Amino acid sequence: MSKILEGLLYSESHEWVKVEGGIAVIGVTDFAQSEMGDITYVDAPEEGDEIEKGEEFGALESVKASSDLYAPVSGKVVEVNEEIVDSPELVNEDAYAAWIIKVEMSDPSELESLMDAAAYKASIE
Amino acid sequence: MNEPTPDILQKTCLYDSHVALGARMSPFAGFMMPIQYTSIIEEHNAVRQAAGMFDVSHMGEIFIDGPEAEAFINHIFTNEIRGFEPGKVLYGMMCYPDGGVVDDLLVYREFAPESFLLVVNAANIAKDYDWILAQAKANPLSGKPFDCRIVNASPEWGQIAVQGPDAEKVVVEVLGLKEAPALQFYTFCDASWGGSRLILSRTGYTGEDGFELYTTLEGTREIWDILLKAGVPPCGLGCRDTLRFEAGLPLYGDELSPEISPVMAGLGMFCKFDKEFIGKDALLAQKAGELDKKLVGIELEDNAVPRAGYPVETPEGAEVGVVTTGYHSISLDKSICFALVGKEFSALDTPLSVRIRKKVFPGKVVKKRFYQTNYKK
Repeated sequence: MSKILEGLLYSESHEWVKVEGGIAVIGVTDFAQSEMGDITYVDAPEEGDEIEKGEEFGALESVKASSDLYAPVSGKVVEVNEEIVDSPELVNEDAYAAWIIKVEMSDPSELESLMDAAAYKASIE
Repeated sequence: MNEPTPDILQKTCLYDSHVALGARMSPFAGFMMPIQYTSIIEEHNAVRQAAGMFDVSHMGEIFIDGPEAEAFINHIFTNEIRGFEPGKVLYGMMCYPDGGVVDDLLVYREFAPESFLLVVNAANIAKDYDWILAQAKANPLSGKPFDCRIVNASPEWGQIAVQGPDAEKVVVEVLGLKEAPALQFYTFCDASWGGSRLILSRTGYTGEDGFELYTTLEGTREIWDILLKAGVPPCGLGCRDTLRFEAGLPLYGDELSPEISPVMAGLGMFCKFDKEFIGKDALLAQKAGELDKKLVGIELEDNAVPRAGYPVETPEGAEVGVVTTGYHSISLDKSICFALVGKEFSALDTPLSVRIRKKVFPGKVVKKRFYQTNYKK
């Protein structure tokens, strides 16, 4: 059973978003890490990059395959989690602790299109 | 190898066990096969450090015997089987007249006179069998059919590979196959299991010492269950690919194909040009310089992962090739790949980059055997 946290928002492409004021903290869900298997590489954007909702902003590599990351919201990358870039296996260990980027949202109303925990749970069942 | 999913996927005799073990199953070569049971990295390391077992029952077994069996196989097989003794195993290819590869395979010279076993790739069983039957119709020397019998016995044989430095111990102590220690790499012997034949072969596809056990479907299920109870970890095709890749071993479809000849793939040593075989003239011409591409190893400076199909570029940005297989190597902790590149870029240490998504990652040409193999000589 995949873990789903209450209080987060979720995208159809299996990213989670934690809203902290005007900042969106973004990672991938436990379901996503479990589907991918052992994650060996995080291709993250640079601080200062602009990302756009629905567009690819990076990728996670597992042994077998590469999975693109899609931006759940638009905005400017203000921080990249260097810890998971150095130790990608942290994403497998706890996908919700292993955030990937923090984004200063340019249009917080985009959050409305994301799913809550219950809707995300239903979508992966 | 990626291929369209056939409408009906076959199951090996161990399918139920894979499902019961919770393996992640995926179509491969027309069969539903286990990709991983726990994690590709754990299974890979089990084989490198101790021992693991694989269901390779999908592989094909074609038996050829008769007065002209040797002459026939030598005609379709790139390697030289004359003078090769019973109990030995030889690797090589079957080629088309243009040098492209029908399949790569193992040839076993059986203990019975004039008898051989050909072990072929699962995806190619039907194609190979048809090819072999067609070639057997005309001996180029006499114009008559070769005097031999050809039997595709693939559905009746199961196969388990036990691989890793502890493989011999497992085969002797858990399965009681006391013949194992006397075998050197690329030799086999006949043993028995439950009154039926068991071919105990010291071969494998991992870069480690190991054995491949061919027997009946029933015997295969029994052996698998005994090994499971003894704690030998089942390993999926995921790590079979990472293991063979690190050891520099080609996979048909990726590094060998109708378009990628053994000479292009750097496997010319398995083609013997002092005898006649189908494809010889084309391969000789390629060796003499009529060759535009070569398979190389590339090591990247970064940990980004090169995947099949990604473009290979010069430092100036000219596209000169394509990745055929790539991984972040589990045993070496480096990002490495096989790539088919223009011949002029194939020398060791040539700087080549791989384009991975939007970025270009620099690297250089290295030897294809990335990992030091540990065979029993």
